[in-house]
Amino acid sequence: MRDSRHAAKGELHGITVVVDTTGAEVYVGRFFEQRGDGIVLLDVARHTDGAGGVSKQQYVQTAARYGQWKELDQVVVPLPDVRSVTRLVDAGAS
Amino acid sequence: MPYDPVLVQPMRDELTAVGIEELETAEAVDRFLTDKSGSAMIVINSVCGCAAGSARPGIKMALRHEVTPDRVATVFAGQDLEATAKARSYIPHIPPSSPSVALFRDGELVFMYPRHQIEGRPPQVIAADLMEAFDAHLSA
Repeated sequence: MRDSRHAAKGELHGITVVVDTTGAEVYVGRFFEQRGDGIVLLDVARHTDGAGGVSKQQYVQTAARYGQWKELDQVVVPLPDVRSVTRLVDAGAS
Repeated sequence: MPYDPVLVQPMRDELTAVGIEELETAEAVDRFLTDKSGSAMIVINSVCGCAAGSARPGIKMALRHEVTPDRVATVFAGQDLEATAKARSYIPHIPPSSPSVALFRDGELVFMYPRHQIEGRPPQVIAADLMEAFDAHLSA
């Protein structure tokens, strides 16, 4: 059950999402809120396309199966950099 | 900082009331998981309302299925820290998340249901996922 403080953060609040960017980076973390300067994620993992021979898509597919290891407490992804925001569970199905 | 135990107690009771064994120490987790016979399920419970609020009733529904694990236990993340760490030590390749559910057969992890697959989903869907896993991994 969500209280009004949570509801005010939007329907994705508390949900693990994939934030793909227009650049090489993709983020997996819990959506906290969208604010003027970007999307705030908590308990975040980050991957750069091609790092370790792993594409963004491969990285997300792996994350969708078991989750991802937290690397950062919080990240703000600037809105102009955001290509898409997808629930991790849905990203794995695509 | 852990939540007030008084606040958390109903969340513990929701699972223990249906016979799920609560493991509050690392030793208790070891006793539960070193018995590799048959099937065992560990629920990593948590306060998180976005997921645990649906997970607990979903788990209870699933345990009414005709195929269920031989033994079911729970640890409480953020409360019973040593017990939770010990439970996670049995699945070291899985990123920690809570709530989550791990299903073992003959001591091997056969199914993992991490938090992101629980979030925002109703108990009926969670129960269906777990029952499907029980059928797939525990039948015959």
